[in-house]
Amino acid sequence: MAQHGPGDLELIGLTKSFDDFTAVEPMDLTIPQGSFFALLGPSGCGKTTTLRMVAGLEQPTAGQILIGDTDITNTRPHQRNVNTVFQSYALFPHMSVMDNVQFGLRRRGDKDAKRKAQEALDLVELGHAGRRKPNQLSGGMQQRVALARALVNRPDVLLLDEPLGALDLKLRRQMQIELKRIQQEVGLTFIHVTHDQEEAMTMADSIAVMNAGRMEQLGDPAALYENPSSTFVANFLGQSNLLAAHITGTAGDGRLTADVHGHEVLVDAGRVPAGLRDVWLGVRPEKLALGEGNGVNELKGTVSDASFSGVATQYLVRMPWGMDLTVVQQNDGSARARLGDAVTLSWDPGHEFVLDSAQDEDAGVEHVVVDG
Amino acid sequence: MAWLRRHLLLFAAVAVLLYMLLPNVVVAVFSFNDPVGRYNYTWTEFSTRAWTNPCGPQGLCDALGLSLRIGLIASLVATVLGTMIAFALGRYRFRARSGTNLLIFMPMATPEVVMGSSLLTLFLMMGVPSGGLAITIAHIMFCVSFVVVAVKARVATLDPRLEEAAADLGANPTQTFLRVTFPLAAPGILAGALLAFSLSFDDYIITNFNASPSSITFPMYVWGAAQRGAPVQVNVIGTVMFIAALAIVLVSQLLTSRRQRAAA
Repeated sequence: MAQHGPGDLELIGLTKSFDDFTAVEPMDLTIPQGSFFALLGPSGCGKTTTLRMVAGLEQPTAGQILIGDTDITNTRPHQRNVNTVFQSYALFPHMSVMDNVQFGLRRRGDKDAKRKAQEALDLVELGHAGRRKPNQLSGGMQQRVALARALVNRPDVLLLDEPLGALDLKLRRQMQIELKRIQQEVGLTFIHVTHDQEEAMTMADSIAVMNAGRMEQLGDPAALYENPSSTFVANFLGQSNLLAAHITGTAGDGRLTADVHGHEVLVDAGRVPAGLRDVWLGVRPEKLALGEGNGVNELKGTVSDASFSGVATQYLVRMPWGMDLTVVQQNDGSARARLGDAVTLSWDPGHEFVLDSAQDEDAGVEHVVVDG
Repeated sequence: MAWLRRHLLLFAAVAVLLYMLLPNVVVAVFSFNDPVGRYNYTWTEFSTRAWTNPCGPQGLCDALGLSLRIGLIASLVATVLGTMIAFALGRYRFRARSGTNLLIFMPMATPEVVMGSSLLTLFLMMGVPSGGLAITIAHIMFCVSFVVVAVKARVATLDPRLEEAAADLGANPTQTFLRVTFPLAAPGILAGALLAFSLSFDDYIITNFNASPSSITFPMYVWGAAQRGAPVQVNVIGTVMFIAALAIVLVSQLLTSRRQRAAA
């Protein structure tokens, strides 16, 4: 991992087992100080359990949690300089918004609690709402109070447990931008747990994709999207066309030849893990071009479905071997294909990713909307 | 006719209320009576004699004092114990949970005669003398059940995440309880305490089994006095207790509605 900073959060072999199953397999992870980090995965993948272990609300079965050089594994939640924005907000209903935000400062005997709380409320644009009770506020406002209540303590690590899950789509987009702005303004380490891949990609500097208690892949959003290391990541982050292929030989120029259902295609040699012969050739829908290419990596098919969404059109193109490939064509003025049209799809060598064909092609396909 | 039909519910409600409150009204009215003879059952003449001299009849105020003392101690101890039991039952899963639930329910379901006599047997066997101490122990025993029921209902509505949030924000377990858990559970605890007090103050059967000649509680005094004709002062005490209970209910209603209006 990268070099060790003074306020980095480090998980070493962190594990959580319950009676009958393992929620989190041994996990090693370093989250640099000041970064916006996302733990992404479907419901039940162990991301919330991981978060709760960092907060101290769940005791790990094994492993260590360090902030800088301090081991906090065995400290109680109130002894950790870590604060959480809960999914349900968990605002204290019997206290005013102001008292909610001051709660953490007061516990530490901060003399300046009132001014700092007011500043935090101003930061989330609720400076006027201090005297109100939480249940007098809308969901979006409550969410921001919960954020202010955590932020005001300037924690080493701020944990966000699906904080936008209860908001409607428009408000969620707005809060995503807002959260990102606040994170950059205060410079704290944010760990954001979410099942929404778009949310994770737009907000986070780096993402850990989790599945069934294991960390599948770690990287910045672009790296995860362009170079998924498993079919799960490929399918969970955006859409993927996975073509069954067989590496047949070298074509010079740093390329390999591969056979896709009888069609020869060129693959960037650097993208093929050494020794792999039977592979999944992954091509993202927006990397596929509709119409004649430049003679390489062409597949012919017929349009079986077309849906126009304004900014783009999404096609399903039926291949001769029965598979539907998803193609996204930007609305850049080029001619649109119609249902039943015979079309040629092509992509540039190097725009694909290559995975071991032993993996399940449907892993991560089903997106779960609500986290449990 | 239509008018009558439209207001039928109102009439029914008023009738039921009257039916329930009439005895109290009679007690209050007759506290101003100046009866001739031993019995205070027929109205003779208006008088405030009983109100100006409530401790007049011999032993009445001693009995009242004892009942208040027992009521306070019993409800206090029962509230503390009952609240802890309610939290244990409402928050944690443990092996004896369903058994404990059943045990808590038992005193409410057992006839008082059975409970009073068996408690007396137990106290005799253990060498606990009849009297104030035995009565107090007995009252705590049955009051705990009612406190548990009242508090448990409240605990069930508390979001355990609030306590996690408090801990997360740096509150130690004591602070979490005092600042978050207790204020939120307080209405249930208060209801349980009031219920316990009135049950203890009111109890006759169990108390009578375990009393000694020197530990006459107010209900026992009233019962005894009624044999010979109860003094008017009994009506005075009854009226005061009724008004006090009414006042507590009204004040708590007022506070809740004001809080709700503020929150709306």
